[in-house]
Amino acid sequence: MELIAAAALGKFIGAGLGGIGSGMAAIGVGNVAGNFLAGALRNPSAAAGQTATLFIGIAFAEALGIFSFLVALLLMFAV
Amino acid sequence: MTVATDQAAEASSKLSLHPMEQFTVRPLFGGTEIHWYTITNVTLWMAVAVVCTFLLLVYATRARALVPGRGQSIGEVVYGFVRNMVVDVAGEEALAFFPYILTLFMFVVFANSLSLIPMSFATTSHFAVTGVLAIAVFLTVTIVGFVKNGTSFLGLFWVTSAPLPLRPVLAIIELISYFVRPVSHSVRLAGNMMAGHAVMEVFAGFAIVLWISPLSIAAITAMYGLEIMVAVVQAYVFTILTCVYLKDALHPHH
Repeated sequence: MELIAAAALGKFIGAGLGGIGSGMAAIGVGNVAGNFLAGALRNPSAAAGQTATLFIGIAFAEALGIFSFLVALLLMFAV
Repeated sequence: MTVATDQAAEASSKLSLHPMEQFTVRPLFGGTEIHWYTITNVTLWMAVAVVCTFLLLVYATRARALVPGRGQSIGEVVYGFVRNMVVDVAGEEALAFFPYILTLFMFVVFANSLSLIPMSFATTSHFAVTGVLAIAVFLTVTIVGFVKNGTSFLGLFWVTSAPLPLRPVLAIIELISYFVRPVSHSVRLAGNMMAGHAVMEVFAGFAIVLWISPLSIAAITAMYGLEIMVAVVQAYVFTILTCVYLKDALHPHH
């Protein structure tokens, strides 16, 4: 009984720790967007051509945060 | 004391938060079992997305006027947008796959946007739906890579610009990241849609409490606006990543 309770507890703690990963990905995405803006303000004429790169960068930074979200979801509903 | 806690428990049970309940797949025409041919809310809304794509493109290409009307200019904007994306990211050769990529983009955009209609169903929030799309892209890209480049496609994993001792390590990392692609590709879309809809449902749950309900309605409105943007941006990201993967398949040595 106590083991089951401990397993349930660990599940929720693990899912909560997975949330940290999502927050870290948020920092990463902000980093990409902020640096893009910093570059774009220095050279606005080149900015329009780089929006695709911006979104690819955001997508790759976001992917790892999504993995932690997935881990949290798996812990909550699948394990 | 016990009465007070009971009342508190009752009040908290009235605040019913079931944010994930909206994603339940249900057969539409009675019955509880789901077979591959059962018409469920998922299949219905996917069919609606396909019909909308079809209708928009048919309406847009119906007149073929030199000076486009309203419908035709929407079609031209979408066509030009996706075509530019394919050419910019993957190059002119990738235009052979332009019909597939345009179809993907239109389907995802419509499935995302239709899920924002109240009482509709968010099909793209299911990993099964986005997983099939992502696996289709993954298989296409892998097969195209091997057909176009033969075994030199494996050069994608052998980074010649790196120092020699590092290359085996990099090869393993590249191999893992290659096979993780369909996972991240599908989970990104599904996760974003699911998270957005779950957040809206949570705020909707708070609306039951009287004094917090104006705030809750304002929050739902704001989230709805954000979700409209997310629906389009995620479709864009899904499509542009398809182009990036296609570029890797067509030119593995860059």
